[in-house]
Amino acid sequence: MTRVIKGIAASEGYAFAKAYRLIHPNLTVIERSIEQEELEIERFHTSLNKVRLDLEKIKKKVVEQQGSENAGIFDAHLMILKDPELVSETEKEVKEKKVNVEVALKSVTDRFIALFEQMDNEYMRERATDIKDVRKRILAYLLDVSLPNPGLINEEVIIVTDDLTPSDTAQINKKFVRAFITNIGGPTSHSAIMARSLGIPAVVGTKKASEIINNGDYLIVDGLEGNIQINPTSDIVEKYKSLSSKFKKEKLELEIFKYKPTLTRDHVKVELGANIGSLQEIDNVINSGAEAIGLYRTEFLYMEKSKLPTEDEQFQAYKTVLEKMNGKPVVVRTLDIGGDKHLPYWDLQGEMNPFLGLRAIRLTLKERDIFRTQLRALLRASNYGKLKIMFPMVATIEEFREAKMLLKEEEHNLIEEGHTVKNDLEVGIMVEIPSTVILADHFAKEVDFFSIGTNDLIQYTFAADRMNESVSSLYQPYSPAILRLIKMVIDAAHKQGKKVGMCGEMAGDSIAIPLLIGLGLDEFSMSSSSILRARSQINKLSKADMKILVEKALTLQSYDEVQELVESEINRIFVV
Amino acid sequence: MVTKTFTVITNEGLHARPATLLVSESSKYKSNIFIEYNEKQVSAKSILGVMSLGIHPRSNFSIKIDGVDEEKAIEGIEDLLNKERIAE
Repeated sequence: MTRVIKGIAASEGYAFAKAYRLIHPNLTVIERSIEQEELEIERFHTSLNKVRLDLEKIKKKVVEQQGSENAGIFDAHLMILKDPELVSETEKEVKEKKVNVEVALKSVTDRFIALFEQMDNEYMRERATDIKDVRKRILAYLLDVSLPNPGLINEEVIIVTDDLTPSDTAQINKKFVRAFITNIGGPTSHSAIMARSLGIPAVVGTKKASEIINNGDYLIVDGLEGNIQINPTSDIVEKYKSLSSKFKKEKLELEIFKYKPTLTRDHVKVELGANIGSLQEIDNVINSGAEAIGLYRTEFLYMEKSKLPTEDEQFQAYKTVLEKMNGKPVVVRTLDIGGDKHLPYWDLQGEMNPFLGLRAIRLTLKERDIFRTQLRALLRASNYGKLKIMFPMVATIEEFREAKMLLKEEEHNLIEEGHTVKNDLEVGIMVEIPSTVILADHFAKEVDFFSIGTNDLIQYTFAADRMNESVSSLYQPYSPAILRLIKMVIDAAHKQGKKVGMCGEMAGDSIAIPLLIGLGLDEFSMSSSSILRARSQINKLSKADMKILVEKALTLQSYDEVQELVESEINRIFVV
Repeated sequence: MVTKTFTVITNEGLHARPATLLVSESSKYKSNIFIEYNEKQVSAKSILGVMSLGIHPRSNFSIKIDGVDEEKAIEGIEDLLNKERIAE
């Protein structure tokens, strides 16, 4: 009978191959008191030397087999190995505490690891893994145990391990590995990240996979659901083979759309963008086929620090995003905190009704210094790409005018100070408050663009909290009420020759997309992973037909009726 | 004893490649070489030490060198920092 193990799905796809167990030995360190420090120090240096020789040998082999880019990690490890602080601190502890060098080494490296794991830069946090990797090698020699040698793998296998170190993955000949299975770890652990960048499935955090699976067991790894079939029967194999080819086919179909513009079947062009919160997501965006960033949530810049980010820190971040997007538009939303989003170092008064309280633009118009700092950073960054600025939660025209005035003041100041500011900077607003929708015709004369924030717009319209289970059924994205509001905004904007985008979840929703195309939405911004699917869907829709569809939807009375209408239309189109 | 102050101009601060280059260069010399930032001082020959300082872009740091080849060392280091556009 087939045995199934479950874990956390960390990288999608399906794999079919033999298990290869890559087990790291127990490197638990036991404290001993010692008498001859010199002997301990000698042991230490002997081990350091052996590790150095190993790393140099491995590096050479990796360069031969895979080229020199993958070998960089061994240079880093070699450098750590001869770090004078590491060596001298370890020796010092042996001498002062009179303990065996294993304990001294662990204690010294633990301090460095803790230091790095706390740093505010992801690259630095990952360096802690490098220190652990090098330490493992030194301890292995000191404890006289052997480490596994992943460079030996020479046939198609699925690796089953407690956890993979960076030097493990650097040595593995990529053409032989079909998937990773680990006992520990989560979606952000090294093995998960490696698997995703190699495009192979991974299931992590299985707890005991390496104890249950034997070398040579035939495995099916399901990286979408996070489970593993061990020695499956032939009908299970068939089931998964067919799931696998469906998955591959869909992926291939979507790949075609990566660099294509987004066009409807009747050749109407729209723009698909990505929503991001932090700089780390940029690489995904570039790979996802996005034509723009439709929403850059700047709160994360404020949340990931222990104090307010300075103008320079913000400038660096905005500049980086603009440069990486290489001329593609980036819509930056000014600070949107308050309500449920707090900063640990900024004491905002608790409110009875945070969602209806002092947040977003209301807060920044009150705390002008903080707002001005952000605006200055944005204006300075504008020279490095195509920046668009938008203000969140605007409820009245006065708020927009005030915010714009502050922006102009800082632009003037910067120019006086000798900076340059790009002169085609577009300034717009998020449309999420009903009053703004209703007066869209007035706003349309003064803003450069709108971006509809459906998440909040829907909540404010139905007066219901989508996170509150007892009323969340009132969160109705395709209710005719919402469709009419969206139409109001789009018509008002188009009358003034302005464009409308959407950055709420609705923009990526496959039931909403046909309706939004019909309503004439110009830009759809969503999470990067949805972009190709959305482009593929839009490719099959005709705007002319969707116009007719949405006109019908606008006359309906309820969310359910709209959903039924669209679903039957979609089935009709996609069956053809 | 030779001391010189620099301002970081690379976007990533003194992390990753810049740190590695600085440590490599410093390790060539006999003198004691220290890097000081935010009231912390570490040996510039220690990759872990340098990286753990977490030197941010646009901030200042000092290099202090004491030893027989201190003149050559400061020259070599300054050269590297300028050429690789790490600091000035």
